[in-house]
Order: sequence, then structure tokens, then C-alpha cells
Amino acid sequence: MTNLLLEWIIKTLVILLILVTAVAYVTLMERKVMAWIQMRVGPNRVGLGKFKLWGLMQPLADGLKMIFKEDIIPLQANQWLYVLAPAISLVPALMTFIVIPYGSEITLFGRTIELHVTRLNVGLLYVLALTSVGVYGIVLAGWSSNNKYSLMGGLRSSAQMISYELALGLSIVSVVLYSGSLDLVEIVDAQRGFHGLAWNIFHYPLLILVFVIFYIASLAETNRTPFDLPEADSELVAGYHTEYSSMKFVMFQMAEYLNLITASSIATTLFFGGWNGPSVGRLPFLGPVYFTIKVLALIFLAMWIRYTVPRFRYDQLMRFGWKFLLPASIVNIIISSTVILFTR
Amino acid sequence: MVNYVPVLIILIIAIGMAAIIIILSRFAAKNRPTREKLMPYECGVEPVGTARERQSVKFYLVAMVFLLFDIEAVFLVPWAAVFRGVVQSGPYQHLRYVFYGEMMVFMVVLFVGLVYVWRKGILEWNR
Repeated sequence: MTNLLLEWIIKTLVILLILVTAVAYVTLMERKVMAWIQMRVGPNRVGLGKFKLWGLMQPLADGLKMIFKEDIIPLQANQWLYVLAPAISLVPALMTFIVIPYGSEITLFGRTIELHVTRLNVGLLYVLALTSVGVYGIVLAGWSSNNKYSLMGGLRSSAQMISYELALGLSIVSVVLYSGSLDLVEIVDAQRGFHGLAWNIFHYPLLILVFVIFYIASLAETNRTPFDLPEADSELVAGYHTEYSSMKFVMFQMAEYLNLITASSIATTLFFGGWNGPSVGRLPFLGPVYFTIKVLALIFLAMWIRYTVPRFRYDQLMRFGWKFLLPASIVNIIISSTVILFTR
Repeated sequence: MVNYVPVLIILIIAIGMAAIIIILSRFAAKNRPTREKLMPYECGVEPVGTARERQSVKFYLVAMVFLLFDIEAVFLVPWAAVFRGVVQSGPYQHLRYVFYGEMMVFMVVLFVGLVYVWRKGILEWNR
């Protein structure tokens, strides 16, 4: 029991360390990708002394700079909620990752270690529930700042997130229909066959449609362009985090990028076979490698969309969510269940 | 149930992390507040009016409709999780059309609900 507890604590700490580093480098990746798409060079100066290292030390410099920035709490703000809000959006964003499997199992120091922190039989619901909790942080930040732009940002965010959460939840139901489980480990194990290429999206072609709905909805859930109305820079200044500075601002940024990583990981797990890939059965350490590559590809896709597609207008956004994505995902469930009913 | 222990572990660690970050930002930096810094930011001009104003009721209606459909999703998830097992094998296979049909009736009712909300104009934002 003590061994198990120790294993859990170590795995959790390792996962958190990897996640925090990943967040730092995803921000760098975003800046680089943005620069390349706009035919610029991007951050390339910060390195170790003489070695520029293509700007690889940029996140570290940014982090240090942010720590030493003045931490402002506006006089008219609701002090307690103002301080609490970034924590409320960061904590659930950190918690989602423990149910996502990133490999089968490896042997380390004579011990077989399964490459997921834990398996919950309601894993998918756990992730959905936590991503919904993140909305509270944004709404509270918007309200407690006592700033008109922030309030508008918070309200827009809540309306948008609850609208797109329906499409997200209902598109997941289609996947659950095919895989017959809510346990993410089981969902990935079911995609093992055919040299590790029996991914859901190849196995059930109907899921391509579902993936498109899921991906659009998850972009909206993570407040990314073209759905970044809660923080629309050009009209709401920065939306719900206008008044935040220093590390509190960093917490919102971290939560946003963590949500992006989680959404990409869930998409990988549900549609692209998780850690499955060629010859992963013989070489189990390839599992995390495949998983990382797939997640990075999806994150890159999100960035590509961000710098290619202009922002929606608010009424277009709500119309798209309620009048297209929601009915489409309901129809998808009906078709999927009918197909399963009549196939053996 | 023992599988849920890591949830508790990561909850504690994550709250600890958030607390450390907040405390760090409070003490690591110099703090020289001025009146202008502590004002609500409104692009550099003096703030006009207050942010504690009434907001459009549309946000409220969307939340109501969301509740209805989210409950639909909650009912669908357990059904979906066992659907394949019930329909393709198992002792209740002879009831598979009932199992399928009941949920279809439920979804049609909710679809009618969506059409009603739609026709009532709750989903129109630019009126």
C-alpha cells in the first residue's frame, strides 16, 4: 500500500513537472509558429551566454520577468475573489491529466510501471467535469475585477463555453457508443490491433465527422481563435484578465495552454489511438513518443487555425454552436447507434 | 475506489502550487501602488460609470437552455457506455430494439425541444 502510494505521488509529480515544462515550451512554439506563418523569425535571442540556441531559453526568461512584475490588485476589485479566480482556473486544468494514458507499461528498476497515473471507470466524465469547473475561474475573474471589459469577457466566456460544451459532450457520446467504455485506458487498449494502427478514426469512418465537431468545440472550450471572444484583444482589451498582472496573469495563461494540451490529448486518446503506433507492442517506450507526436501535431493544428482564420462575430458564434454543431452531434449519435444496432 | 486516491493527491499538490505562485507574486516584486495603477483599466481615460450594471437577459436564457440539454447529455452517457454490450451480446439481447427505441424517443423529444427554442427566437442574437 505504501509502495502504491509512493508510486502515485512520484507519477503525479513527474506528470506535473512535464506539464509545466510543456506549457512553457508550447508558448514558445506558439510564438515561433506565429512568426513563421507571418514570415518573421520569432524569438531567437535568449540562450545560454554565447549560444543562442534558437531562443530555447525564452520561456525561462519570460517566467523570471513575470515573477518580478508588480502585482496589482485594483482598489475597486473584490479582493478575495480576485485572488482566488486564477487559482480556480489553474487547479482543474492541472488535475485533468492524471487519467490520460500515455503508454502501455515499462519495466524500470525491476518494477513494472503502467504509464498512466490512475484509471477511473468514469475517466472521460472526470475530464469533462474538470474542464467545466475552469469556467468559474474565468467568470469570477471577469466579475471581481470590477472592470467593464472584464465583465463582458467573463459573461461571453460563460455563454460560449456552456454552448459549446453541449456539442463537446454529445460528440463524445458517439465515441463512447463505439468503444463501450468511459475508461480512457480501456478506450486506448481497444485501438491496439492491426500493428497498432486500429485507431478509432480509421476503424469507424463516421468518427471523422465526430472528430471535426469535437475539435471545433474544444477550440471554443479552450477560448482559442476563431472563438477567442472572451479575450478579444481588439475590442475587450484582454477580456477577463485585463486587470491581472504578474504571476496571476501567468496562471491564466498556464490554464489556457494546459487546457489546449488536455484537449489535444483527449482528441488523441479518443480518435487517434492514444499511444498506439507501429511496433509499439515490442518497444513499449515508443508509446509516450507516439503520444507526444500526436498531441504536438494537434496543438500545431490549433495554432495553424489561430493564425489563419479571423475571429467570429458573437451572434455568428452562438448560431454556429446551437444551430449547427448541436443538431449535427445529435444526428451523429442517432446514426452511430443505428449502425451499431444493425452490425454484428 | 482506491483508484481515486491520485485525484486527492493531485488536488492537494495543485492547490499547493497555486498558493505558492500567488504568494510568490505578492512578495517577489516591488509594490509601489499609485492611484492611477489601482483604477480600473479603460484604455487610459478616466473610467466612465461602473461595471456593476445589469446585463442582457440573453446570457440567462442560454444558461437555462444549456441546463436542459446538459441533462440530456448526462442521460445519454451511461446508455452509450453499455449500448454495445447490450445490443451485440449478453442476456438482454432480445430486448435490443426496446433499448434502442426508448432512447430514440427521448432524443426525438429533445430535438423537438430544440426546434421549439429555435422557433421562439431564443437563439437569435442579433435582434
